[in-house]
Amino acid sequence: MESPHVIKGPDPMDSLLSAAKKLADKGAIRDEIVSGIYGVSAGICSDAVTYQDRKKLGSTYKLDRIVTSRLWGFPIMLAGLGLVFWITIAGANYPSGWLASLFGWIEGYLTAGFEAVNAPSWLHGVLVLGLYRGTSWVISVMLPPMLIFFPVFALLENFGYLPRVAFNMDRLFKKSGGHGKQALTMSMGFGCNAAAILSTRIIESPRERMLAILTNNFVPCNGRWPTLILLSSMFMVGAATTGALRTFSTALVLMGIVLIGITVTLTVSWVMSKTALRGVPTHYTLELPPYRRPQIWKTIVRSSKEKSLNVLTRAIIVAAPAGIITWVLGNVVVGGDSVLNHMAAFFDPFAQLLGMDGFIIMAFILGLPANEIVLPILLMGYMSSGAMVDVDGLGSIKDIFLSHGWTWLTALNMMLFSLLHYPCGTTLVNIYKETKSLKWAVLSAVIPLGIAITVTFAVAQIVRLLGWV
Amino acid sequence: MSHYTVAFAGNPNTGKSTLFNLLTGLRQHTGNWAGKTVITAEGEFTHNQHVYRAVDLPGTYSLYSNSADEEAARDYIIFEQPDVTLVVLDATSLERNLNLALQVLEITGRAVICINLIDEAKKLGIDINLKAISKRLGVPVVAISARNEIGIEALLNQLERVATGAFTGKPLQITYSEDIERGIAELIPLVEQTVGSRYPARWIALRLLDGDNSLLTSLKAHMRGSKRYETKEVAGHGVTACH
Amino acid sequence: MAGAGIPLSEASNGSMLRISGIEVQGVLRRRLLDLGFVVGNAVEVLRRSPLGDPIAFRVSNTTIALRREESSLIYGHLIGGEGA
Repeated sequence: MESPHVIKGPDPMDSLLSAAKKLADKGAIRDEIVSGIYGVSAGICSDAVTYQDRKKLGSTYKLDRIVTSRLWGFPIMLAGLGLVFWITIAGANYPSGWLASLFGWIEGYLTAGFEAVNAPSWLHGVLVLGLYRGTSWVISVMLPPMLIFFPVFALLENFGYLPRVAFNMDRLFKKSGGHGKQALTMSMGFGCNAAAILSTRIIESPRERMLAILTNNFVPCNGRWPTLILLSSMFMVGAATTGALRTFSTALVLMGIVLIGITVTLTVSWVMSKTALRGVPTHYTLELPPYRRPQIWKTIVRSSKEKSLNVLTRAIIVAAPAGIITWVLGNVVVGGDSVLNHMAAFFDPFAQLLGMDGFIIMAFILGLPANEIVLPILLMGYMSSGAMVDVDGLGSIKDIFLSHGWTWLTALNMMLFSLLHYPCGTTLVNIYKETKSLKWAVLSAVIPLGIAITVTFAVAQIVRLLGWV
Repeated sequence: MSHYTVAFAGNPNTGKSTLFNLLTGLRQHTGNWAGKTVITAEGEFTHNQHVYRAVDLPGTYSLYSNSADEEAARDYIIFEQPDVTLVVLDATSLERNLNLALQVLEITGRAVICINLIDEAKKLGIDINLKAISKRLGVPVVAISARNEIGIEALLNQLERVATGAFTGKPLQITYSEDIERGIAELIPLVEQTVGSRYPARWIALRLLDGDNSLLTSLKAHMRGSKRYETKEVAGHGVTACH
Repeated sequence: MAGAGIPLSEASNGSMLRISGIEVQGVLRRRLLDLGFVVGNAVEVLRRSPLGDPIAFRVSNTTIALRREESSLIYGHLIGGEGA
């Protein structure tokens, strides 16, 4: 049996289309079709839907009068962001410490176990000091903040607040040549840049979508949060502050970092839209859905389940091998020094120009697969380089840093570098898949890297020039 | 025990995903179809011993190919021909939401209209006469609240009726202006001759009149044998390690 | 411009208009039609963004925000509301 589509000759589809075109050349067909449909649905509604009080319909939008008002719109956005940070930092502090102690306690038993069976010390090194430590650090540093941040953020999202942010900020994005929905994809970036790259599909114009993709990295994702939180609470807030004030100041520092990220996003969008991605802004329609009270418990359970599961999987997939590699690099000795130290020494002169050190740069390089592992790699690098410090809690991490000559400038520049440098490997792969362009995938790593280097270099030079460190 | 496929269509922000999550629970994964890179969730649920494969289409305002999402949703309904298309509507803005339902009904009568957020609508003093709507549309209409799990059983029963063929509706077909109807009448034989009777000829004719080139591109691709099997992407695409 | 009415972008907050014309073509026109910006339909001007633009409109019981570029091309006649 011949199916119709094997007919040879001129493509029957094309002749079909030309036949349709001939019939349709009176124009305005679309309007007639849509108003036909619209008329029918309006007819059905007027028959079947009755409103007791039409005024009531707008009542779910009352909040918009405040949330998007000229006076309160931006203060509320900033306060909301600050509040989310504050809850995250305050809530994650203790559980992180507990987890670190728990893993340290287990490590003691693991070590004892290895000794009991007379396992070779390299095996203990690879498995316990490499794999186990790397993984457990990632979990104890990442998991608690994520378990708090994601549910809180999901609540805001389900409540319907994010479109209001896009509404408030649209003018800024328009001025910088981007799309108002870029505010939404940026919000997704707080969770995960790789996922946010996929969410840029809500932007229909390819040019503006590319802008959103290129700049998404300037929003710190879950892999960078803990680094930022840890460093800012250790170095950026005065040593004297404690308790609530410390949490509060840390939240402020994080807000500052995020605002820098937003500024860079807008600037890069603006430059790109004036150069490589020139073009007129495309159309823009944004729905502001009614506010809906989120199902608090369900949202919390769902988002924590999904996030914690993801963090754990990611920790195992990425951190475990990275832990092993770092340990091996730190313990294979060539010419009197470990490979790790050789590498760190190689990067050190350059890193010093940026206000950091060779270990930090190396951690960022080895951390390309996932930003989560940058900090653990750095710690392992430091610890394998002779200055052995027992990490039995998060407090002693600061001692490790201090013993390697850290100042607040080192911390600040590591935070800035973390905020601005290239996105993680997963994100780059997604960018390539989404844009189908090697050029843009490479550019989306090179542009941020260039900015990160420039900014940290400038900050380091200025701070040193002024003699602040 | 039989297996059926249910596609979830609806405007953005109608609680479509809430319903999808409620029915499929955690038995879902991210999938994609037909060589399109659009990601959607897929899951499974059981009702009265029938197993349903649920496909969450992207939330769209229409099926008129204004965007990649709309093309993807349209292509799924036309080419994958799910056993039931479940159209989720927002009870608080039915007028606009019904447009999508009407568009779906022009493609297929194997549909169930699900008016979500009915409790929200009640709170706002909106009364909806389901029988009247169902009578006009010619397919089952159910009012539910996905978040408070109201009306789910009734919804599943209607899904079953349509899926098993116990219900065969005569879906509302919109009568357009004379010009358009004349155009459609002229095109239908041509369409049937070219693409066969598998696809909804009247709808395709209407879309062609509207100059919907993307539909033609999709049709071409599908006529050339099921190209989708070759272009299927790696299942892991889009499943990011974090999120 | 008696026949065409005023552009939505010029209407003040709170006013109600009946759409009399849409001077947009292509994909945007389709999208606007889908969203309920159809000739004959009523639109309420809700509010402006803190930075002055975009403007939020109430149409078909939903709230849609449009930039000036779009809203200045949709025309309507005032039919009431606070801003009239």
